[in-house]
Amino acid sequence: MSEQISHHIPDAIMAAYVAGNLPRPFALVVASHVSMCDECRANLLAHQAAGGAVLEGMAEEKLSGGMRDRVMGALDDAIDVEPEPASRQGIYPGPVVDALSGKPPKWKKLGGGVRQCILDMGNEGSARLLYIPAGRPVPEHSHGGLELTMVLQGGFSDSTGHFDVGDVEVATDDLEHVPMADEGEDCICLAATDAPLRFSAFVPRILQPFFAI
Amino acid sequence: MLAIRDNRDKRAFGLLFDHFAPRLKGFVIRAGAPAGQAEDIVQDVMLSVWRKAHLYDPERAQVSSWIYQVARNRQIDIIRKEGRPMPEALKAEAEETEPDAGQVLALEQETDVLRDALDRLNPDQRDMIEKAYLGELTHSDIAEATGLPLGTIKSRIRLGLERLRHELKDLR
Ligand SMILES: [Zn+2]
Ligand SMILES: [Zn+2]
Repeated sequence: MSEQISHHIPDAIMAAYVAGNLPRPFALVVASHVSMCDECRANLLAHQAAGGAVLEGMAEEKLSGGMRDRVMGALDDAIDVEPEPASRQGIYPGPVVDALSGKPPKWKKLGGGVRQCILDMGNEGSARLLYIPAGRPVPEHSHGGLELTMVLQGGFSDSTGHFDVGDVEVATDDLEHVPMADEGEDCICLAATDAPLRFSAFVPRILQPFFAI
Repeated sequence: MLAIRDNRDKRAFGLLFDHFAPRLKGFVIRAGAPAGQAEDIVQDVMLSVWRKAHLYDPERAQVSSWIYQVARNRQIDIIRKEGRPMPEALKAEAEETEPDAGQVLALEQETDVLRDALDRLNPDQRDMIEKAYLGELTHSDIAEATGLPLGTIKSRIRLGLERLRHELKDLR
């Protein structure tokens, strides 16, 4: 599967993910892509190694007396086991399955046959699934900031290139694009943004709060 | 670390604690933890290391890399009180066979190269890299921070992953 992936997670975004400083909606895309792409999993582990080198190089701070004993004494304490990350279900990688709480997506109509399912919406941005019928465009829109879009089914093209299952498109402020779903199979994407999407046609701007776009 | 993972060896854990806990305390303080909370976080991280030891794989990560990630995840979970999205685990990680000594050694050498490179950076560059991995820089700030050679360690890890995928296929 990862052989066909040709659009990957850029280094700066991977480093921020590893350091835990990537807004949650983007972290969902990175985790989903890494679940499918060994090249980016290797890159993630390389950034962890860099983090480990930073940790090794830190100046030591003296621990207060008794702390070591406290930790050693707690080793046998019973604890709640944390749930493991979910595994893949159909076209949805584990992190998306987790975001959907293991249930199938609840689609809402956006117009033009396009549907969406919001996965995460907060002050860090939003993550959603987009469903675009084969051969149809995503409504024209611009981005207030960063947008990461990962293909889960089908594929799409825009002025920057063609994107297949597993590929991630990285779009920034200045890009105003009209992604067009491939003919054949309907396209399902995972899309994350850090600012509200602004659709220029299709959905009147006044309706945006209602659709939570 | 393998003694901890495979034999639940508390003496070995004590040695790991003595090496990492003071560095971790320095690390979490630099990463913004209030001094009063720092030891609580270190304690939490070290206990997580003990409890998650079964997930440690020496073919893919050095102990320091792995503890680094556990530390960042715990520190963020404590601040935000919510988990971050995590990639799927590679299947059969639990039923891992003997680690490949060549791969483990090569990874160790690559990690040493990385550490040397960090030591040779000029102070400004080094500060930027530290800030990036302490979680103080956004992705757009990081885009400008360069100086660490990640290419060779990445291809080394990639080889390890390919080997693992191969084994997984044979298991099926
Ligand atoms: Zn990739
Ligand atoms: Zn867009």
